[in-house]
Amino acid sequence: MTALPLWFALVPAALIGVGLYGIVVHPQPLRKLVSFNVVGSGAFLLFGAVARRGAAVPLNGDPVPQALLITGIVVAFCASALAVMLILQLHDRSGDTSLEPAGEA
Amino acid sequence: MAADALLPAVVMVPFGGALIAFALGGRWTRLTAYATIATGTAIAACIARASLADGQTLVYHVGGWHPPLGLALTANALAAAMIAGVAVVVCGIAVFAHRDFGQPHAVREARAPLVFWPLLLAVWGALDLAFVSNDLFTLYVALELLTFGGVPLVCLDGRAETLRAALRYALFALTGSILYLAGCVMLYGAYGTLDITLLGARVRPGVVAWTATTMMTAGLLAKTALFPLHLWLPPAHAGAPAAASAALSALVIKGSWFVVVRVWYDAMASAVTFASAQVLAALGAAAIVFASVTALRQPRLKLLVAYSTLAQIGYLFLMFPLAFDATGSAIMHGAALQGGVLQALSHATAKAAMFMAAGLVYAALGHDRIADLGGVARAMPVTTATFALSGIALMGVLPSGAYVAKKLMLDAADASGQWWWGVVLKGGAAFTAGYVIHVLYRALRPNTNVSVAPVPRASELAALGLAIASFLLAFAGTTAIGTFDLGGTLVAVGGGALLAIFVASKGSRVPGVALCGDLDRALRRWTPASLFLLLLATAFGVALKAGH
Repeated sequence: MTALPLWFALVPAALIGVGLYGIVVHPQPLRKLVSFNVVGSGAFLLFGAVARRGAAVPLNGDPVPQALLITGIVVAFCASALAVMLILQLHDRSGDTSLEPAGEA
Repeated sequence: MAADALLPAVVMVPFGGALIAFALGGRWTRLTAYATIATGTAIAACIARASLADGQTLVYHVGGWHPPLGLALTANALAAAMIAGVAVVVCGIAVFAHRDFGQPHAVREARAPLVFWPLLLAVWGALDLAFVSNDLFTLYVALELLTFGGVPLVCLDGRAETLRAALRYALFALTGSILYLAGCVMLYGAYGTLDITLLGARVRPGVVAWTATTMMTAGLLAKTALFPLHLWLPPAHAGAPAAASAALSALVIKGSWFVVVRVWYDAMASAVTFASAQVLAALGAAAIVFASVTALRQPRLKLLVAYSTLAQIGYLFLMFPLAFDATGSAIMHGAALQGGVLQALSHATAKAAMFMAAGLVYAALGHDRIADLGGVARAMPVTTATFALSGIALMGVLPSGAYVAKKLMLDAADASGQWWWGVVLKGGAAFTAGYVIHVLYRALRPNTNVSVAPVPRASELAALGLAIASFLLAFAGTTAIGTFDLGGTLVAVGGGALLAIFVASKGSRVPGVALCGDLDRALRRWTPASLFLLLLATAFGVALKAGH
């Protein structure tokens, strides 16, 4: 175990909080998607800190979280690509990208 | 052992088939899908045989590496039952979709058939991965794959309305999964592993375990669409083509539900409390009442079936408090969990059949307005029978999968002294009966000048077959069916008929019904729904801390 300063935990927590706030309040789907990526960054940053903290003697970091982290980033990237594609298609076909159901917005 | 090697195969075959089907394209897509489904079903049958009949738990260590460094795939009897049940439903959907998703002769390669079959296979592979994985991070990947397969199924026809439904689904599901992932990260930080078996032994109640359980559960509930987090489900499930709706409603939501089961029963068993399980089941009970009443007010058949799914999701969460022992101190594998899995399989088969029947009605009439269904029973007897049978199977009043599931859960409620969930389990059937009778009453009304387009006979029979399969599940139960409860049946059907007549005749004037409608409109807006997500997480946190 390597001791880390407290802000290694506080920064991810702040990112997750800011991202969740964005997901709740922004009406535009693209901004929600960016907020989702901010929450994701918070989670991945925390994973990185966990990897550093769990380092055993010959290594600078625990390799397992690093491997999982890379996989997580790829998955989040795919998810973002899929959502962006949907937003573009929706904009092409209806001219607006509001998420509220038609007639109730 | 040879049977253990089936576990990677049951995941790899659907995914491999999806890639090959997409790469070959044209007329080969559907053929490849059929070959894959035949192979995958055979593998699922072998797993079910090894695990259910011979009673072994299959374990496979990927690459020969053991946890915590390596990944373990496992299948106990419950996972094997889910794998087998999903394979049956996938076969039914494939037969049903044969005509709708064949390549038309006029064009070389239409888009919908090209993507439908690979997506169906991808959803199947992702579900199997969720059933066999014994690692929380692999489960995260499985759930994301499931979302990536499910979202495009919603907007197969590319209309703006369905694209919007797909986008809502994608964004809400992604929010849920990132919360789940954040919970996983915390668990790794505290316990140094994400293997479920190791976590089950290492987890101790405390702030980290409570926070992680809270975030993971809230995220998974958003993906499962448990009331009040259902904003994405009705438009997504009602707008998709019938075969895709069947896959989404019957199968996709079971993936995240099964992960909740793994987290609560296995990984975090020492951290979850009786109070938090009560919260979970209370949401389930609220879902049954709210969604059944809202279903009765829907103008279109497919929307009604989508709300029926919301109500049935509620049933799947009633088993959590029932799995606690009489002192309420520990969550245990047992009759309640068996009942829950049987309920999930029973819903998967019956709901797939019900969505297929609704889709056939739409194809034949050109609309699915419930008020104008008169004459359907005479014109389409097989499809009407399918709808009726799947409705009865969902009610669980005649010997069927849901009937045995309810028996198991009622026994668990008696054993642990939680009579209030027994009341919900018995009373819920009346709400289900309400909307089934509502539809059947209109379909049975005579109307001689109804014109129906012909629908494929194979599709009708596939739907009927799945509805019958839901009844046959009664024989898969571990306990005897026992004495037939005629009184309960009469109460359920009578109560349902009264409810249907009452709501249909003066629904909007009754305060409770009007309230459900207003609540539904509010909860299907983004801001209230996402605030509820955070609120629920807080509620779970409080319930977890209070129990210790």
